[in-house]
Amino acid sequence: MNETMIISLVLGSLSAMVPIALVSIGATISERAGVVNIGYEGILMFSAFFGTMIAEWAGNGWVGLLGGALVGLLLGALHGFLTVYLKGDHVIPGIGLNLLGYGSVAFGIMAYWGTAGQHQVPDTVKVEPLWRDAFGNSLSPMVVITIAIAIVSWWVLFKTPFGLRIRSVGENPEAADALGINVELYRFTAVLIASALAGVGGAYLSVDWLGTVTKSIAAGRGFIGLANMVFSNWNPLVALGGAFLFGFFDNLSFYIQNNPWLAGTIPWQFIATLPYVVTLLVVAGIIGKAKPPKADGKPYKRE
Amino acid sequence: MNVKGYWKPLAESILAILIGAVIGAIVLWLSGYSASSAYYWLIVGSLGSLDGIAETLAKSAPIMLTAITFALGARTGLFNIGAEGSVYFGAIAAIITTQYIPNPLIGLLAGLIVGALWLLPAAILKVYRGVHEVISTIMLNWIALYLVSWLAVSVYYNPRDPNSTLSIPPSARLPLLMEGTSLSLAFIIAVFTAIIVYVIMWHMKLGYELRVSGQNPRAAEYGGISPKKATIWSFLLGGMTAGLAGAGIVMGTPPSYAITQGLANIQNYGFDGIGVALVGRNHPLGIIFSGILFGALSAGATAMQQHAHVPLEMIKVIEGIIIIAVAVPGLYDLTTRWFRRERA
Repeated sequence: MNETMIISLVLGSLSAMVPIALVSIGATISERAGVVNIGYEGILMFSAFFGTMIAEWAGNGWVGLLGGALVGLLLGALHGFLTVYLKGDHVIPGIGLNLLGYGSVAFGIMAYWGTAGQHQVPDTVKVEPLWRDAFGNSLSPMVVITIAIAIVSWWVLFKTPFGLRIRSVGENPEAADALGINVELYRFTAVLIASALAGVGGAYLSVDWLGTVTKSIAAGRGFIGLANMVFSNWNPLVALGGAFLFGFFDNLSFYIQNNPWLAGTIPWQFIATLPYVVTLLVVAGIIGKAKPPKADGKPYKRE
Repeated sequence: MNVKGYWKPLAESILAILIGAVIGAIVLWLSGYSASSAYYWLIVGSLGSLDGIAETLAKSAPIMLTAITFALGARTGLFNIGAEGSVYFGAIAAIITTQYIPNPLIGLLAGLIVGALWLLPAAILKVYRGVHEVISTIMLNWIALYLVSWLAVSVYYNPRDPNSTLSIPPSARLPLLMEGTSLSLAFIIAVFTAIIVYVIMWHMKLGYELRVSGQNPRAAEYGGISPKKATIWSFLLGGMTAGLAGAGIVMGTPPSYAITQGLANIQNYGFDGIGVALVGRNHPLGIIFSGILFGALSAGATAMQQHAHVPLEMIKVIEGIIIIAVAVPGLYDLTTRWFRRERA
């Protein structure tokens, strides 16, 4: 393994880190406030699709990323309305969002671009990388932004009164309510922030990293993001590191699949299972210590 | 039977279906399609002829079984969304075993056992390591996708047809109930399984233990019931029905009786089952009816695509909306209150 290969592996891992980290950080904020959402897979799908549509309409990848955030926000508002205000089950709407995402994107690609299953994003509307070399390696500005988001989220959650209130409605909503904190408002806000972050992650998949929308573009990253949240013990900074680790295996599997020598020895399908197997092993090994917020997933009804 | 107790969930399911249909129509209209033509062909394609009805029932068989997987989990307090992986393994297990012993019972049994074994890691991780089953089962689904793809493409491929695996030998195929259609014994097996699961869950000790563990694990433990045992049984039984679904698809679907390229013909049944279970209120008998409804959607989708030129995937959009609507708590109460206010 020479220097170029190491650079390409590190850059590739950073690229793969972004969507997983954004989902994990968002989910951490939401669950710290006590709201479980397993619909990130669907949010990634929707925002990858509409993010591309908006980017092509505006002729600018950054607008696409913002559009992705807006799409995430709207889906989060739906989830938050059902779970926080109507006190519904937290898991079922997430399942619905995921199924809706798979169906809508496959349908949307057919209906809007008239191609089956896949649409190539034109280079002119993709986000311009900060740096690139002659071998096709590049560094997206989203990598830097994601690192910043992790640091800011950690600081807000653990060092500011706003973060303390978010955590209090997830640990002990009765006590928070007694202190005059609007439990529902804080929970709803946390869900919105989470889904907007996941929305940026989804648009990043299509208008930045992969440069294409496919009907299976999320590829389990929404769920890997949730697993990574558990792995990180609901801490945004650890989640960033965990996402890099998963990004590394994701990228390593790409690399081995495309390496003629290695691909000949091991069936590529075995390599492709790597990120999922690692996720399972890591979650299985670490979870003994993990402790979710006490009121996580429990609807809060005032007595 | 408590008829009044069944009325409200039924009304809520019907309301959710209506909401799905209305929002689906709006999506169709926004995308520039004719909603009336799409829905016309959807109904004609699924219920308008004897062949259509046969197709509807054939499509309903595997999703009833995967719905039972989810429902068994839900009744035990689990979100088991791992039916998808067990379907893949059930299908490949039936293909592999019947190559050596060409008998339908062997194929079904292999699907059942391998389907159950595939979900065992999720049960063990849940019981002994506290790993949430949503994460473990989704990871298992992805791993199953690649492993079964490898078996299908590199080991049990058909040397005369690179697009599919070896076929189920004729003597191991499930008999057709109606010649010229794909309605086979698999439908009867699915309905029969739903009834057996109903009997287990509501008339046997094991089912009682599973349900008590699901409703209140602490009370269960106090009453001498082990929630750990219930979790493992819930995954095993669920894996069995999903594995049976996979075996039934390959053993009962003419003309190929095989897994086609990219696992195309055995995919998504696990996820469709979740919708079927939710609309059927996680009750095996409700699932028979919602299974037939979702079977009709999927049978009618082909006619809708052919005649109204609406992409097949539209059906998934409607299904997703129905599930989100099911998740609205007290949907029936909310609606009746709203209508009363409108009239006042």
